[in-house]
Amino acid sequence: MTAHVEVSGLRVTARNATGETFPIVSDIDFALKRGEVLALIGESGSGKTTIALTLLGHARPGATISGGSIRVGESQILSLNARELAELRGNRIAYIAQSAASAFNPSRTIMDQVIEPALIHNLMPRAQAEKKAVELFRALALPFPDMIGSRYPHQLSGGQLQRLMAAMALVTDPELVILDEPTTALDVTTQIEVLRAFKAVVLERGATAIYVSHDLAVVAQMADQIVVLNQGRIREKGSADQILHRPADDYTKTLMAAARPAIRPTPKQADIPAAPLLEIRGLTAGYGRIGKDGRPRIPVLRDIDLKIERGATLGVIGESGSGKSTMARVIAGLLPPAQGEVLLNGEPLPPGLKGRSRDQFRRIQLVFQNADTALNPAHTVEQILSRPLAFYHGLKGNAARLRVLELLDLIRLPASVIDRRCGGLSGGQKQRINLARALAADPELILCDEVTSALDTVVGAAILDLMAELRKELGVAYMFISHDISTVRAICDDILVLYSGNMVEMGGREGFRDAPFHPYTDLLIGSVPEMRAGWLEESGAVRSLPLIGAPAEDVELCRFLPRCAARIDGVCNVLAPPRHALAKGNSILCHHGEESLTKVQGVAA
Amino acid sequence: MTAAALRWAKALPLSARIGLSLVIFWLIVALVGPMLAPYPVGAFVAPDVFDGMSAQHWLGSDYLGRDVLSRLLSGARYTMGLAAAAALLASATGTALALTAAVGGAKVDEPLSRFMDTLISIPSKILSLVLVAAFGSSLPLLLLIAAVTYVPGNYRIARALAVNLAQMDYVQVARARGEGRLHLALREILPNMIHPLLADFGLRFVFIVLLLSGLSFLGLGVQPPDADLGSLVRENISGLGEGALAILMPALAIATLTVGVNLLIDGLKGKRP
Repeated sequence: MTAHVEVSGLRVTARNATGETFPIVSDIDFALKRGEVLALIGESGSGKTTIALTLLGHARPGATISGGSIRVGESQILSLNARELAELRGNRIAYIAQSAASAFNPSRTIMDQVIEPALIHNLMPRAQAEKKAVELFRALALPFPDMIGSRYPHQLSGGQLQRLMAAMALVTDPELVILDEPTTALDVTTQIEVLRAFKAVVLERGATAIYVSHDLAVVAQMADQIVVLNQGRIREKGSADQILHRPADDYTKTLMAAARPAIRPTPKQADIPAAPLLEIRGLTAGYGRIGKDGRPRIPVLRDIDLKIERGATLGVIGESGSGKSTMARVIAGLLPPAQGEVLLNGEPLPPGLKGRSRDQFRRIQLVFQNADTALNPAHTVEQILSRPLAFYHGLKGNAARLRVLELLDLIRLPASVIDRRCGGLSGGQKQRINLARALAADPELILCDEVTSALDTVVGAAILDLMAELRKELGVAYMFISHDISTVRAICDDILVLYSGNMVEMGGREGFRDAPFHPYTDLLIGSVPEMRAGWLEESGAVRSLPLIGAPAEDVELCRFLPRCAARIDGVCNVLAPPRHALAKGNSILCHHGEESLTKVQGVAA
Repeated sequence: MTAAALRWAKALPLSARIGLSLVIFWLIVALVGPMLAPYPVGAFVAPDVFDGMSAQHWLGSDYLGRDVLSRLLSGARYTMGLAAAAALLASATGTALALTAAVGGAKVDEPLSRFMDTLISIPSKILSLVLVAAFGSSLPLLLLIAAVTYVPGNYRIARALAVNLAQMDYVQVARARGEGRLHLALREILPNMIHPLLADFGLRFVFIVLLLSGLSFLGLGVQPPDADLGSLVRENISGLGEGALAILMPALAIATLTVGVNLLIDGLKGKRP
């Protein structure tokens, strides 16, 4: 059987500011048979999206396809004219983009948009297209397949929209589907559902697909073949099994290593003073007016109690909207809490920014996720780093410059970046500067809000190594906020799991190795893809949730109730859950006891 | 210094370079023009009114037989000086208030913004007519009118920018560092809004040239025998029918000045100084 899609000698070039042309990707060859899924793997800037777009005969503005050939079925893509390409796109070749939320038109219904490709290409009458769309909705396990078409995009979740994008792509029965990082922007628990739906439809329809991703574990679930890209060239290609288990290329091995975070050992503490570095007692925070019961109108965090010892690392994990970032904002003083108090070295901190002393400010430093927005684009690296030096330590002139150079050395950046603005630095370099600015204050606690989420795995792993080293050298404590439980388990001493603003589980990292867990922790851990084919199937089909009666009103019920696989009718929907300790030391907020949780989770774990 | 300025000018796009040369030309005219004028501004020197070009009067004569070139050279100074001063005053005031609103929180922002909305609702031409009628036309008053008219517009734009920037992570980091409001406003926020503000300054400048010309055209601006470019157009309006240079030249001057400023400002956008 000959290949269905064949790419050979593909080369895409772009022109830089001085007018020189340089290649973005070159010498790309691969082929795939009908019904196969090929994955393009690489870090950002490796050219994976560029290659995916050339299959549609498209190059982004500024870039040109300057050589090679692409054959899809009978068509030579690169020799088609604009009209023939338009005939092809969205019809025989479909594209699914990363961010479904911005790919849908907010002013039109889902159905209109999903069947649009079929109508534009005059493939079938409207009624038939709608019928087909509903079939696809059902196949993609969307809720209310008959009704969902009449909704508008803002009424649906990110995971649902991503699946609807797939429906839109598949409605024309394309010969080739291109999926460009379709699950990257989703929470792990949503990602697993979307992956499962994608895999089901791809298998069922025998679609030929190209899957672009940076995440090897995700690709392991979908791909038959894997192409590893680095800086616009193919480093290695082969069957999924071979790449995942017997990688030949060094770069592939680096990628594999970075995807499995190494466990960083806890440095030994010499003497622990009486008061913990940071303590939070009975904290409730949120937005809007504070009501009579002392709770804000939109509570984001409820009843948080935690301690961070000097030089320790606390991991805070949860999905988007769980209140993790709000916690950092409250501690930093950017959002005064509604109830409860924050103690630093045993002394209560003023709730807001007002009233905090400069020394209190110095002890707590904040590092944001996105270094692009966390560093002032108008300032040079020196200005950024010397401000905290002047502000907290009164360092000026030569002394400040020397200290800046020291800091740059500490974060392993060359001294030559000192006069540059951040726009010209890479993502990893910016994140290092971001970290260095916090270090310039000589803090005791650094609040790290998703510091590695926006980075490539390899770069992110380097940042984590750096943080672990700094901790050993400087004895600084971290609060490490993340949505990625494997990273948190690798670097943190203690872990706090947040769900919808509640602490559902808290304990040492050893306690997060084996069951029993809180049911939400269990779901989180079970949703992290493992780097082997077949994991998706083994991790169980969509769990059927136990039926329960209507939840009682006026009770602080468990927030996880609607999604919990271990909920008990007559208990969970009637009574507020108690906080109690498990034998291994973790405290959980759940009605279940040790034995019943082990019984449910023991099998899976 | 000059070499750096030259290199900077060379890096500009063509349209901006055209704009730059026009602006420089008018700046020079405003600075040294009156010294170059061949005749006194108010002197009746030509034998005939609405003369064409001649060796004695390069740009002909006006409706009273005065030298158009001399009047243009002195008029440019009024227009440029007044408009630049008023635009600077308006932009500086508007931006300062906007920054105060952005870092001051809702308690400062709300009253200030509502006050500016009130100012916007007063028609600028009517306001200027009333003020000129009440106090008589004078240069300081014209300056004040032009500035007050354009403060709210600048405030709106600057506030929208500043409030967005105040939410940026780097400003939050600076707040969590314990920085004062002055530092937040001047060091963290202001440098990142300079470019849109420059563009806005250019627009304001052009609008003020037009407003002043409009006032002068109504006879409320700079008073005779002195004249800015607008009053030159106005006093020679009777020559329009015969296409007299006396009216075409000041009109052309207004056009080249405003277009030049616009081209320059557009070209500056996106380029870091």
